[in-house]
Amino acid sequence: MHRFANPARFMRFSAKLLAPLSAVTVICLAAGYGLGFQVPPDYQQGMTVLIMFVHVPAAWMSMFIYTSMAIASFVALVWRHPLAEIAAEESAPLGAAYTGLCLVTGSFWGAKMWGTWWVWDARLTSELVLFFLYLGYIALVNGFDDRQRGIRAASVLALVGWINVPIIKFSVDWWNSLHQPASVLRLGGPTMASVYLVPLLLAAIGFTLLFSVQLILRMRAALIERKVQALKMLEAEQGGGAAYAAPTMRPEAV
Amino acid sequence: MSEFLAMGGYAAYVWPSYGIALVVLGGFTLHAVLRYRAAQRELSILEIARREARS
Repeated sequence: MHRFANPARFMRFSAKLLAPLSAVTVICLAAGYGLGFQVPPDYQQGMTVLIMFVHVPAAWMSMFIYTSMAIASFVALVWRHPLAEIAAEESAPLGAAYTGLCLVTGSFWGAKMWGTWWVWDARLTSELVLFFLYLGYIALVNGFDDRQRGIRAASVLALVGWINVPIIKFSVDWWNSLHQPASVLRLGGPTMASVYLVPLLLAAIGFTLLFSVQLILRMRAALIERKVQALKMLEAEQGGGAAYAAPTMRPEAV
Repeated sequence: MSEFLAMGGYAAYVWPSYGIALVVLGGFTLHAVLRYRAAQRELSILEIARREARS
């Protein structure tokens, strides 16, 4: 991975990757939801089982993105790596989106299956905390005049806040919850019928690929925006900006 | 078809979930594409201007 950690190399590498990655994303999502919409109703949940194909991948993404953001933040803090900074910064809004999606779809599912849209139990509350951690990270990055200070403060929050990820994962085992325990990522293997498991896994792979496409686009945009910013600064220094910069520099008498 | 849309009586819970997913994920993807294109366009305009200024 270290070979791609240089911004110029990242631009070259990601340009080649973008088209095939987008194609595989579309194929995975089409296959997943093509199968997903054909599943028989669950014996307990009926057709609300279809909500699972959005809710569960979104929940996995919320934790996966936060973990990658924490790792990127660590690299940004320790080695001051510009690409890691951008990766973490551009991941945060995406993470918030997947987390929000998980909360809202969970609410729709719970409304019918539990008889309530929301309950303050460990699983739901810790996932809501994750959503606020993403928002806090975004606020910190943008909350300082000095960008570097903002990034550093936000990186510390990303690292400290990671403790919430295992809490989300194991909350259903540690505390009583309305939420069902894990039926896929558990010791002893999945307990879910393969007719549901296959579309779920395809959707999850599709979500992961979609996130990588979104992140690559955002990181490329951010790198280009920085280059534009640098060019504009250069332009201002070289003369273009002198016309309006000079008068404030000139003494009153002249 | 109408049976499929009815989702066994759960249409009001299943379809909004998919609708929101489509809006959120599609929206973020579209935003990323548009932002990327806008950045590319701005960069190429700047680079052309710099080339012209030099010649």
